[in-house]
Amino acid sequence: MIEATNLTKVFRDRKGGDIRAVHGISFRCQPGQIYGLLGANGAGKTTALRLLATILRPTNGTARVAGFDIREQPEKVRANVGFLSTATALYGRLTARETVEYFGRLNGLNGDKLRRRTEELFALLGINEFADRRCDKLSTGMKQKISIARTLVHDPPVMIFDEPTLGLDVMAARTIVGFIRDCRSRGKTVIFSSHVMSEVQKLCDYIGIIHEGRLLAGGSLAELRQRTRQADLEEIFVQTVEAAP
Amino acid sequence: MNLTSVGIIYRKELIDALRDRRTIISTIVLPILMFPLLTLGFGLVAQKSMQKMEREGSTIMLLGETNAPALARTIRQTDGLRVVAPSEDYVVLISEKKLRAAVEFPPNFEQETRMTSDKPPQVKIYNFEGETRSQVAVRNVQKVFDDYRKQLVAERLAESGLTKDVLKPFATREENVAAPEKVGGNVIGGLFPYLIIFLCFMGSLAPAIDLTAGEKERGTIETILASPASRLDLVVGKFLLVFTASIVTAVVSLASFALTFSLPFLVAREFAKRNQLPFDISVSGVASVFLMMLPLAVMFAAVLMAIGLYSKTTKEAHSYASPLMLLVLMPAMAAMVPGFDLNATLALIPVLNVSLVSKEVLTGNYPWLLILLVFASSWGYAAGALSLAVSAFERESVLFRT
Repeated sequence: MIEATNLTKVFRDRKGGDIRAVHGISFRCQPGQIYGLLGANGAGKTTALRLLATILRPTNGTARVAGFDIREQPEKVRANVGFLSTATALYGRLTARETVEYFGRLNGLNGDKLRRRTEELFALLGINEFADRRCDKLSTGMKQKISIARTLVHDPPVMIFDEPTLGLDVMAARTIVGFIRDCRSRGKTVIFSSHVMSEVQKLCDYIGIIHEGRLLAGGSLAELRQRTRQADLEEIFVQTVEAAP
Repeated sequence: MNLTSVGIIYRKELIDALRDRRTIISTIVLPILMFPLLTLGFGLVAQKSMQKMEREGSTIMLLGETNAPALARTIRQTDGLRVVAPSEDYVVLISEKKLRAAVEFPPNFEQETRMTSDKPPQVKIYNFEGETRSQVAVRNVQKVFDDYRKQLVAERLAESGLTKDVLKPFATREENVAAPEKVGGNVIGGLFPYLIIFLCFMGSLAPAIDLTAGEKERGTIETILASPASRLDLVVGKFLLVFTASIVTAVVSLASFALTFSLPFLVAREFAKRNQLPFDISVSGVASVFLMMLPLAVMFAAVLMAIGLYSKTTKEAHSYASPLMLLVLMPAMAAMVPGFDLNATLALIPVLNVSLVSKEVLTGNYPWLLILLVFASSWGYAAGALSLAVSAFERESVLFRT
C-alpha cells in the first residue's frame, strides 16, 4: 500500500529561485491495483515517484510505503519497493547473473536462497540464454528483462514504474506492460507514471492527473468520465488541465 | 553503517574495476611499464647518440698551426678529434654547428712556452657555449693542453733541480662519517616521496571519477540509490575501492621501479663496497614513508570522489582534477629543493608535510614530535576530505545537479 499525504518537493535554485516540483500531493494506492500518474513532461511525475522510492527527500508532507514512513525509515521503504524507470540503467561490465545477484545481496538474500530466486526469475523471464553475458553486449529488450529481474529479486510488495516504456520499441514495451499486469495479479501495489494516454487507459485501475506539481484530479476511469462528461482520456486530461487555476 | 553492505558494494566495484580497461591501464599497466620504458628508452637514445659522437669525433680547426707544430701534431694524433683545414669563416661554421671548435695559437707560442714570463702566451678556444658537442670538443682539446702543461712544468722543475713534491706542500682528505643508509636516503630522499605522492594521486584518479561521475553518465546512479543500501554504505564501499586502486598503483610502480633499477643499484652497491663508499637504502625508512602516505592516499581518494560526485560527466570531472594535480605536485616536489626542511608550521600543510617528513625519515632522522604532528594533521585532512565525499553523496543538489 502507498499512502501519500501532502507530499511536497521544492528544489532550491540560486539563479532561478525556488522550483516547486511537487505541490501537496495526497493519494492512496491499494495492493492488487495499478495507480497511474498521468502528466505532461515536467509535470512532476518523476519527482513524485523518486520521493516515494526515497531517492529524494520531501520538503514537506510524507508518505507511507508498505507500512514504512519515507522520512523515518527510507532504507526499509527501499527494501520493500521495486523501482524501474528508463533512467535506471544497468552496470555494463557486469553479467545479467552478477547484476541480479548484486541487488539480491543488497536486499539481504544470499546462498541457496539467492541462487534459487535468481534461477526462478531467469526461467520466468527467459534470461537463461544470456545470463552470463555482460550487460553492455545485450539488446535493449534483453536489458529490460534484466532490469525487471533486478526489481523483482527481493519480491517487493510495492512496485514503482517511472515512464518505463519511454524510448522502447513495441516488443520491449509489451514485455514491460505484461510485467506490470503480472505484478497486479500477484497482489502487488503498483504505481506507474506515463504521458501516453493509451497506456494509462489500458493498464490503470486509478488515474491521477498531475500538472505543474499539483494533483488536479484522481479516480477510476469511469469516475473521471462521469466528472468531466468526456469519454476519451485525452479529452479528460486536456479539460482537467485547462480548468486548473 | 552496515559492514555487510559495504563489503557487497566493494566486491561489486572491484569486479567492475577489474573489467574496466581504463582503470587497469592507469592502475597496473602504465605503472609497470613507466620505469622500464623511460629508462630503456632514454638509455637507448643516449647510448646511440654517444656512439654516434664517438664514431664521428669532434671536428675542430687549428688557427696559426705553425706557431705550435709539436702541439698541433699531438692534437692531430688524439682520438676523437678531427682537424680540418683552417678558414676565415670559423665563427659562422661554429655557429652553424658545422665546426665544433677552433683553436688559435698566438705567434711564437711554442718558443714562448719554453721561457718563463709575467705574461704567459694565451691560446684561444672558440666554441659554441652550452652546445653539448662543442663542449665535448673543448674538453678534449683542454685535455691535450693539460698534458702539455704538466710536461712543461715537470721539465722546468727538473731544470731547477726540484721535484714535483714542491708543488704540494700539504694534502687534504675528505672522510664520510654518516651511516650508509643516511647517504643513500639523502640521494633518493627527495625523489622517492615525490614519486609515491604522484602515483597515489594518479592511481585514484580514474576509478574515483568512474565510480561517481561515470555512474551519473551511464545512468546507474538512480538504480543503486533505489537499493536498500544506505548512502553512507555506498560511499564507503566506493571509497575503499578507490583507496585500494591508489595503494595498488603505488605498490606496483615501486615494484617496477625497484626491478628496473635493482641491477644498476646492485652494481652501485658492489662498486660502493669495493671502493669503500657508503651507500645503502634503509628498509625501515621506506616502510615508514609508506605509512605516512596512507592518510594522503585516503585524502586523494576522497577529494577526487567528491569532485566526481559534483561533476555531471567524466569529462567535467577530469577538467576539475587536472589543476588539482598541479596543486599536489608542487608541494610534493618541494622535498627535492635543497635546504627546504620540515618545521612545525610546514608540518601542518597537506602534501608538503608528508613530502618533507619522508625526506627526514629516509635520511634516518626521526624528529618524533614533528612526525606526530604530520601524522595527526594528515589524518585530520583525510577525515575532512572523507566527510566531504560522504556529505556530497547525501546532497541531492550534488547528485542530481542539472
